Amino acid sequence: MDFQENRLKTGDGGIIVTSVEDLMNWARLSSLWPMGFGLACCAIEMMASYASNYDLERFGIFPRPSPRQSDVMIVAGTVTFKMADRIRRLFEQMPEPRYVISMGSCSNCGGPYWEHGYHVVKGVDRIIPVDVYVPGCPPRPEALIGGFLKLQEKIMQEHPLAPTLLLEIEKESSL
Amino acid sequence: MNFEEICWVLFSQFGEEAFVVFNQKSNQPILKVSVDKLHEVCFFLNQDERLYFDYLACISGIDNGPESGTLEVVYHLTSIPYEHNLTLKVETTRQLDAKVACVPTLSDIWKSANWLERETYDLIGIQFEGHSDLRRILLPNDWQGFPLRKDYQAQESYHGIKVIY
Repeated sequence: MDFQENRLKTGDGGIIVTSVEDLMNWARLSSLWPMGFGLACCAIEMMASYASNYDLERFGIFPRPSPRQSDVMIVAGTVTFKMADRIRRLFEQMPEPRYVISMGSCSNCGGPYWEHGYHVVKGVDRIIPVDVYVPGCPPRPEALIGGFLKLQEKIMQEHPLAPTLLLEIEKESSL
Repeated sequence: MNFEEICWVLFSQFGEEAFVVFNQKSNQPILKVSVDKLHEVCFFLNQDERLYFDYLACISGIDNGPESGTLEVVYHLTSIPYEHNLTLKVETTRQLDAKVACVPTLSDIWKSANWLERETYDLIGIQFEGHSDLRRILLPNDWQGFPLRKDYQAQESYHGIKVIY
């Protein structure tokens, strides 16, 4: 008790018992590296989230200049048809496991361009699979951070080491 | 120079029958010129010492709809040293095949016309005769149709992506 109250550093390490899977998931969700690119005004909010006021770095989230080093893609802004092919290619260049956060109304569903915007893809999920949708036009940095927390929850529930066949059998038996 | 004085200079050079004046009493009077006279008139507007229109500020394309069967191009000109402006308009026939409707290019007189004409071609589908590089500028190269035409129907899909909401 004396140790707890006075915060003495004894040098005796504590022991935590966990599974390799949980440790791996914890490591993965604690250093999510997003790809550094923005498409429209949502990118301004995304940059504000990276900057010192909201400081995504405290979650280990730190933009990378290359898709090859990224874990997550934040589609921040209006996806045009001209950009669609490029987004698909950038997504394919990311190593697995990879995640996509769709940020803002435009990339969720087309946003204000849903009816007359001939140039806008009505939702980035028509091009690449999306893990988390962040609503807003544009979403505040808090909302984007909320999206990341949701993604972290999702990663914590994954089984990266389990053989896919085993997972399938487990799923079938539970049905 | 005001609008009447600019008109007077042009009428004495090309004859009054080559022009039609619209909205003379409004804040933005418009001078309409025929397509075959356009390049000649613009070259004069640029070169003449009294007028000296050295800046082409904007090109707008207008689709009057399938009933009227016409397309229009509006040019906004400015003379930076004289601080006077002119709105010039031409009308051309509206064809389903966009390769036919032809307006002479002004990119040899004002360099700014190059991209402005490309945009007008991209969205309205007006061909500019003599343009050095008439490609789409905003939409992808393999896009079908001209979105700002009144009878535009968006294509079903683009590179496997459904276009309509």
